[in-house]
Amino acid sequence: MAPRTLYDKIWDDHVVDTQPDGTCLLYIDRHLVHEVTSPQAFEGLRVAHRKVHAPQKTLAVVDHNVPTTDRSHGIDDPESALQVATLARNAEEFGVEYYNELDSRQGIVHVVGPEQGFTLPGMTIVCGDSHTSTHGAFGALAHGIGTSEVEHVLATQTLVQNKAKNMRVIVDGQLPEGVGAKDIILAIIGEIGTAGGTGHVIEYAGEAIRSLSMEGRMTVCNMSIEGGARAGLIAPDEKTFAYILGKPKAPTGEQLEQALAYWKTLFSDEGAHFDKEIRLDAANLPPIVSWGTSPEDVVAVTGTVPDPEAIADENKRSSKRRALDYMGLKPGTPITDIPLDKIFIGSCTNGRIEDLRTVATMVAGKTVAPSIKLAMIVPGSGLVKAQAEAEGLDAIFKAAGFEWREPGCSMCLAMNADRLDPGERCASTSNRNFEGRQGFKGRTHLVSPAMAAAAAIAGRFVDIRTLG
Amino acid sequence: MQPFTRLEARACPLGLANVDTDQLIPARFMSRPRTAGYGTFLLHDLRFGPDGAPVPGFVLDDPRRAGARILVARRNFGTGSSREAAVYALVDYGIACVIAPSFGDIFASNAVKNGLLPATVTEDDAESLLAAIEAEPETPVCVDLTAQTIAAGDRAIAFAIDPVRRLQLLNGWDDIDLTLRHAAEIAAFARTRRTEAPWIVPGHGG
Repeated sequence: MAPRTLYDKIWDDHVVDTQPDGTCLLYIDRHLVHEVTSPQAFEGLRVAHRKVHAPQKTLAVVDHNVPTTDRSHGIDDPESALQVATLARNAEEFGVEYYNELDSRQGIVHVVGPEQGFTLPGMTIVCGDSHTSTHGAFGALAHGIGTSEVEHVLATQTLVQNKAKNMRVIVDGQLPEGVGAKDIILAIIGEIGTAGGTGHVIEYAGEAIRSLSMEGRMTVCNMSIEGGARAGLIAPDEKTFAYILGKPKAPTGEQLEQALAYWKTLFSDEGAHFDKEIRLDAANLPPIVSWGTSPEDVVAVTGTVPDPEAIADENKRSSKRRALDYMGLKPGTPITDIPLDKIFIGSCTNGRIEDLRTVATMVAGKTVAPSIKLAMIVPGSGLVKAQAEAEGLDAIFKAAGFEWREPGCSMCLAMNADRLDPGERCASTSNRNFEGRQGFKGRTHLVSPAMAAAAAIAGRFVDIRTLG
Repeated sequence: MQPFTRLEARACPLGLANVDTDQLIPARFMSRPRTAGYGTFLLHDLRFGPDGAPVPGFVLDDPRRAGARILVARRNFGTGSSREAAVYALVDYGIACVIAPSFGDIFASNAVKNGLLPATVTEDDAESLLAAIEAEPETPVCVDLTAQTIAAGDRAIAFAIDPVRRLQLLNGWDDIDLTLRHAAEIAAFARTRRTEAPWIVPGHGG
């Protein structure tokens, strides 16, 4: 057999049917469901008198619009409350396991899946959310789908798919101190652009990727979609297996042995063909800050706001001009001179325990700058929250002046009450700096958890490599 | 789903690149049931100011564009979030075709499932089409999916679309019905997989 990529292998193992035009019916091993993109899908099933094809391969959890304040007395916002109640009712009616807003296992769907051992290597995983690419960190083929496809998967446990192209991003070398997974992925997106991976599945490889923890790998795969790719992948290794071991839904005993034997075959063969390949050297990477309204608008913390007038292409120039205008920034301004209003630490990109430990290290014994109106930390799940509290991290955060919230998507997409007011500027560990993403006319700067933590203390961006 | 074959309508020029799905419909509207329609949320934060008043001169509200069913934009239209609500907003507003040099993958897939045609044209053709409809707002544009052509005035340009998506649109096919014709193969596949890889079935812990 010709050498195959990791993507080729997982794809081949899930094809149920191939049409003469090349369209495939792909079997889906795991389906994660949340409250916002599923109501119409369940309604479609109901109208057509269909059942959920494989309820045991489906897991539902609320995350997008739940408040991150105390919710033990219910949800005040009537629209959110209705959407949450609808998911509860659908899960009950269709026999799907469901973690409600009071369940200790509840959290952001992409934090919950891996935590529960629902996400495993070699699987196909989908969810009505574009950051499903996160699960690719385990060597699973995972991508976001729309609501029509959610209904399709619920009804048939398959998806109609055309195979994507193979792209590889190799990150060589070792990361310098103060530079992490978030900086790697922001640098990649800056390099390839937001459409650079369109039509491709990206496999991340190289020494710097291998050196990342599972949390770091999830951060990298999470933002594949910001580079245009529906899915990102990292070949599983001993770190992956160690993470999975003992998770509630992970295999045990003989089945684990069988699984491990298979998982160890999940890598790109020597000589496998990639349609596109790029290389970065981790040793040269700085802490990165986004300056515009697209995740490709990135610059080193030591840099300045770029000048759109230097761009030759007229359309690009006008779009970057517009971005600067929206962001209220002037070309040439040093990034470290940008004052901030709010700090958001959390999201499916950076709401895991390792992220919170990093933040705690940065802020222990320090105080949030008085100019910061709100600095909030939203754990990715109830289990992350419990772990952080067991380690005493919450006490460190609160002592420093951070708000410590209940798990959910929160200010990453501002569906609940957590949002920016018009003109407010936020250092955010989330994944999108689109116009209005964190609130109407809000201004988002994407950064790593360490950078957001340091920015909270200083009230502006700082080069964390210079901190003692 | 209604089949899409040919559409003749006014077109709106949206001269922006990277129109992401958060702009097409801000997340805060996605808790609303769709029964009342999502059309008013389309490009909401570009169309309306902080006080809810329309932004003067925004192209969707230009009376010369009344009844427009085609949107022409620049590259990477529909990038970002997988929210199908972005497509609902376009469809409920009345848009049946978006013409752009490139689309976000998930958006294009969602579009077809709602009978909305994502027509891919070259950068040059997008620019000339934008210029043409800017100059003559009331001239209808004709999109022919069978021939894969767009006609605006005396201009005729070709567009690309994935052949499978084209067939789905032309026939108005329901994906689930088509897939369920393979029900026996799906069941056989699941059985084989369960035998060969029993670990694939989720554990019952937790």
